[in-house]
Amino acid sequence: MKIVIIKYNAGNVQSVLFALERIGVTAQLSDDIEIISKADKVIFPGVGEAGSAMNYLKEKNLDKVIKELKQPVLGICLGMQLLCQHSEESNTKCLGIFNEKVKLFPSDKNLKVPHVGWNTIYDLKSQLYKNCNEEYVYYVHSYYVEVGEHTIATTNYILPFSASIHKNNFYACQFHPEKSGSIGETILKNFIAL
Amino acid sequence: MLAKRIIPCLDIKDGKTVKGVNFVDLRDAGDPVELAVEYSKNRADELVFLDITATHEKRKTLADLVRKIAQHINIPFTVGGGITSVEDVETLLQNGADKIAVNSAAVKNPELIHQLAKQFGSQCVVLAVDAKKIENGWKVHLNGGRIATHIDLFEWCKKATSLGAGEILFTSMDHDGTKNGFANEALAQISTMVNIPVIASGGAGNMQHFADVFTIGKADAALAASVFHFGEIKIPELKNFLHQKQIPVRF
Repeated sequence: MKIVIIKYNAGNVQSVLFALERIGVTAQLSDDIEIISKADKVIFPGVGEAGSAMNYLKEKNLDKVIKELKQPVLGICLGMQLLCQHSEESNTKCLGIFNEKVKLFPSDKNLKVPHVGWNTIYDLKSQLYKNCNEEYVYYVHSYYVEVGEHTIATTNYILPFSASIHKNNFYACQFHPEKSGSIGETILKNFIAL
Repeated sequence: MLAKRIIPCLDIKDGKTVKGVNFVDLRDAGDPVELAVEYSKNRADELVFLDITATHEKRKTLADLVRKIAQHINIPFTVGGGITSVEDVETLLQNGADKIAVNSAAVKNPELIHQLAKQFGSQCVVLAVDAKKIENGWKVHLNGGRIATHIDLFEWCKKATSLGAGEILFTSMDHDGTKNGFANEALAQISTMVNIPVIASGGAGNMQHFADVFTIGKADAALAASVFHFGEIKIPELKNFLHQKQIPVRF
């Protein structure tokens, strides 16, 4: 099985590669359109800023490639946000695979933004969460996707938001499965087994 | 609910952990990789590695050690010590570090924080600050506390946040090693002043100190070294204790 991680300018993907190695999966890092298109599974990671990441994807024509993928795709963190319609971060038009919008957390008297650390996921719905309980996963983000028809896991911080979404062959999580202990590894295994 | 984080800190010298460790039976208690794995199994929420000799002896943290650690643990980890440039950080991140901690170099060149945040994102930039309370307030110290400055701790935290730091790791030199509890007053002041997470360091001696640092000190995370390394406090027991005190922790 060929697993490809999309290589672009949004942050460090080394930890995703290592997490896959730990579950016995070798992945290839690539920005080559042909290699990405022919992969059995595609992982779309990312940390960083939405506007510059989208610009980079467009420059490399990766935006069109991602939209046309038919194999299972897993967006992580910024990768999940870029799969949505629009992000309030730099007022960015995103890939639009999900019609959801990405919003900045409202300010709160007691809770800080960014949301950093371990928080629980609940209302787990898809195959991605097979053998998973309501457990803690690791987050680092300031923007969130609202809970909606595509939500397959929810977390509460300031308000309930989509921890994870799913539509057709596209799966995504706002948290970092590659840094979320053993539940994170289960989620990655479930994705590989889709 | 967002959990309060418990973070063991490992001091590294020449690729080995410096302080003796006896909280579990290990083949090689000085092996940072083996220790890291053990801590992550014991439900540590995150790990911090500090190359303690780095600034002093002008050495760089060993990238291949970072790589080995990253391959073996599934929780976030931060690397600090002797980081002075964007290139240093790039090397560490490419080898699998999740966050880096800058200390002295950021005081000497605050623009470094901005450059790092711009290039790699605020989420991976931890501002480490060592400070001591003297007559006219808390003052920042450099090079592992060896050099005093006139910089006010709170002003510096505010400035670093506006430059793009993603978290603040504050070590009180007055409390470090005393085992008499954390610098809760100063911590609470930092935590209410900035909107980024604050990691408390220095002074952990018993489990109540951790409860206090989260409630009175308003810290988002607490870091300690020897109480964990010597098994005086075991992380699962500490988490049970905090849970009983209604402090949210990850099991």
